[in-house]
Amino acid sequence: MSAAVKTLVNQPYKYGFVTTIETDTIPRGLNEDVIRLISSKKNEPEFMLEFRLRAYRHWLKMTEPTWPHVTYPAIDYQDIIYYSAPKQKAKKNSLDEVDPALLETFEKLGIPLSEQKRLTNVAVDAIFDSVSIATTFREKLAKEGVIFCSISEALHEYPELVQKYLGSVVPIADNYFAALNSAVFSDGSFVYIPKGVKCPMELSTYFRINSGDTGQFERTLIVAEEGSHVSYLEGCTAPMYDSNQLHAAVVELVALDNAEIKYSTVQNWYAGDENGKGGIYNFVTKRGLCQGVNSKISWTQVETGSAITWKYPSCVLVGDNSVGEFYSVALTNNYQQADTGTKMVHIGKNTRSTIISKGISAGHSKNSYRGLVKMSPKAEGARNYSQCDSMLIGDNAQANTFPYIQVQNHTAKLEHEASTSKIGEDQLFYFTQRGISQEDAVSMMISGFCKDVFNQLPMEFAVEADRLLSLKLEGSVG
Amino acid sequence: MMTEGSEVILSVRDLTAEVDGTPILKGMSLEIKAGEIHAIMGPNGSGKSTFSKVLAGHPAYEVTGGEVIFQGQNLLEMEPEERARSGVFLAFQYPLEIPGVSNLDFLRVAYNSRRKHQGLEELDAFDFDELIQEKLDVVKMDSAFLSRSVNEGFSGGEKKRNEILQMAILEPKLAILDETDSGLDIDALKIVANGVNQLANPENAMLVITHYQRLLNYIIPDRVHVMANGRIITSGTKELALELEARGYDWLLEAETAEVAV
Repeated sequence: MSAAVKTLVNQPYKYGFVTTIETDTIPRGLNEDVIRLISSKKNEPEFMLEFRLRAYRHWLKMTEPTWPHVTYPAIDYQDIIYYSAPKQKAKKNSLDEVDPALLETFEKLGIPLSEQKRLTNVAVDAIFDSVSIATTFREKLAKEGVIFCSISEALHEYPELVQKYLGSVVPIADNYFAALNSAVFSDGSFVYIPKGVKCPMELSTYFRINSGDTGQFERTLIVAEEGSHVSYLEGCTAPMYDSNQLHAAVVELVALDNAEIKYSTVQNWYAGDENGKGGIYNFVTKRGLCQGVNSKISWTQVETGSAITWKYPSCVLVGDNSVGEFYSVALTNNYQQADTGTKMVHIGKNTRSTIISKGISAGHSKNSYRGLVKMSPKAEGARNYSQCDSMLIGDNAQANTFPYIQVQNHTAKLEHEASTSKIGEDQLFYFTQRGISQEDAVSMMISGFCKDVFNQLPMEFAVEADRLLSLKLEGSVG
Repeated sequence: MMTEGSEVILSVRDLTAEVDGTPILKGMSLEIKAGEIHAIMGPNGSGKSTFSKVLAGHPAYEVTGGEVIFQGQNLLEMEPEERARSGVFLAFQYPLEIPGVSNLDFLRVAYNSRRKHQGLEELDAFDFDELIQEKLDVVKMDSAFLSRSVNEGFSGGEKKRNEILQMAILEPKLAILDETDSGLDIDALKIVANGVNQLANPENAMLVITHYQRLLNYIIPDRVHVMANGRIITSGTKELALELEARGYDWLLEAETAEVAV
């Protein structure tokens, strides 16, 4: 890779600052007392503590998965701080009571929360380390019957809803990191869309890790009742530290009859430096249950950050005629590693799924697509279309595809397409020989490659995602 | 063509270049004036393609000596994109496929970067569309090609015509055609040659690199040079190409070897 390509890919990380703020932090380590402490700090109902303890006891018996195509030193789970929250008044009645340093932090990240500056068409839940700081437009949404708040608040205000759905899509013992999350999660977002309501604005959660030794374990639960519709977006950033931070989130989506959930992610956690030092371990379980007939769940993700990504947003298609979609762009650079993809589990009749995955690997990174398409015996007439494209930038990056296909119904139809392309010296020379700069060349090729996925993002975020990818690749080609 | 007293477009003197430490060009010298068409012929491995890539600034080739003056400017000090914007155009022997980037966008961005360099206003999509419809005729291309990805799934002949279309749009001062005839059937060859002839004018210069005399039946050169072992060993008029066709390269190479031995 020439020097020009390298400078093009290695753009400095804009969100690497640390906010100095007084925190309420518990000692390092994990045991039942720590879990009781977290639960009591959050003043949770009894069932929640039980849920956590059950998960913890399962977790103790489980082992960390070794099948992903990633390598990292063993994580010392006793060296992590499981709860860290900015000190502030117990109950915040309005934004005026939120610490100005926090508001300033989010403003710096491009997420203004104050009445005057906030985005007009997007409601935001802002999460800082372990807790939710503020949720905008709560009252306005409440008028439509839409509940959008932190999951801690939901546990107090709508305990029966949370109890009914929490863990119903991702059971506490689903996998090692989901079990850990179920035991120690500190906050996250809760969304409930009542029957027949089309949510009037985009809902969004912004996750910010600030502390250097704290793991972030958030939990998101979205329930869409019959005939309802919601579009949700999450974003995330973290400061630059030499050490690695663990982020193990769980997201559960439930769509009832004729309901539709569109879930978009723009993930820009700190990825580590150009030598692979530091960065977030992003070990996430995301799953949607299309429980009702004609329901639809669509995942769109743009993954650009994190030292390591381990993530498979999935759809379980139970309702007849339900639809699952997965649109993904995963970019890795330097020494980043990503093992990401999806699972589409067809159970109901005439269920359909679409998988479009675009992997871009630059530098010395490893980028793997791993996907399962399963047609169970009752999935009469089920269909899947999968397309997995990889793009290599330079000569030292890796791209892998691991498709798993299980078909137990002979009427099911599957199609799988895959391609690999490369941005190398010769492609770039072709552009420059026509007078087009290398930066423009890379950005044209990347935009073209990712078009099918970006088209799925809400408008404002599609532009943002395009820009983000160009920035991330600046200096990597040449 | 009368070229006495015309402006010198390209002047190459004692140019040496290597790739991965292996010397390929060993003292190339050449001068091309406005309005001239020069042909470079020569056996495989003589350095013809390397010469074209060095002129265009391909990063894999390292210039180790000599000079290249293009319209009074030191070409070797310019980045590849600056050379292109100043009017150096290379029609590739193997045009690259660029998935996901439409031919139209590619052409427009390229055209506008040249316009910008010339201090002209960039053309918007509508004006550019008008311009391109005209140019499509030069190579008898269907406008359906514009919405396809650059060269993706194009046949060999379509790729070469696409190169000439780009040349028609960019209107270079110096067009270098690197074995543009390779892999073309006779019809495609005529279309390509016809396109080149339409674009040649008293203001610009063409450097046609080819293996075979065949192309030179359609594009009539003012000068023919024979390259061997990294430099020009003999030059002549278009009759030299016919002689090479009849006798091959060996007699020239033998003379060259004898000369080196002395």
